Amino acid sequence: MSRVGEVIPERSFIINRALLKAYADASGDQNPIHQSEDFAKSVGLPDVICHGMLTMALAGKFLTDFVGGSRNVTSFSSRFVKPVVVPADTEVALLISGVVGSDLGDGRYQIDLTAMCNGVKVLGMAKAVASLNS
Amino acid sequence: MLNPESVGRTFPGVDEVRVTQEEITEFARVIGESSFDVAPPTFAIRLTLSQSQAILSDPSVGLDWSRVVHGDQKFELHRPIVAGDIFRCASTIENYKVAAGNEIVTIRTDVLSGDELVVETWSTLVVRA
Repeated sequence: MSRVGEVIPERSFIINRALLKAYADASGDQNPIHQSEDFAKSVGLPDVICHGMLTMALAGKFLTDFVGGSRNVTSFSSRFVKPVVVPADTEVALLISGVVGSDLGDGRYQIDLTAMCNGVKVLGMAKAVASLNS
Repeated sequence: MLNPESVGRTFPGVDEVRVTQEEITEFARVIGESSFDVAPPTFAIRLTLSQSQAILSDPSVGLDWSRVVHGDQKFELHRPIVAGDIFRCASTIENYKVAAGNEIVTIRTDVLSGDELVVETWSTLVVRA
């Protein structure tokens, strides 16, 4: 039975400065726009911003929970359309939801993801190809 | 500005990197993943982004990395990355354009284990005007 149209319920992921530091260490991306308010402002940003790749990685966690693990994902892509601003001593909620899009055959489906922060869409065209157990 | 002659150029990536269980576990934990047998789908960025930075900010290519923001990202995963994998990353500058004063460059990196293509990544980076 096709699973096209199945909605993946929204979940909230909390982003704060400590998470940005932990992601910087885990990913090796130590760009100071993700850690230093002074530096971020010096290059014209409103404040420290979240790594686009951290937002995408959290969307990936949402995805792999739904599809039954990282091994089932064969393609994953996203645009970074709006920065997620992370002020000091603040917890920012990233809301991720999804829907099963087209049936690609052999149990593989396109999954379309939505990521919102403070009412603004932060990822664009976020989508993956994954195998789903029918 | 990026040297236009570098578009289409491939950088074979001579250094081999070995993926450790500690790296996979740390990356997974940060995003709340409690299964550590294979790497999360975006883990390859740990291997490819620093190489892209090194290539694009080399004086012969000339990108100003200090003004770079990430425009988009794509992964094609031919199999999961696991601890013990030894990779070489080969990067190609696939596309370059200037729009509204912003430089937009797409770099593809092939993550290779010997001759096996394990992951392909495409990173579009925007140098803000």
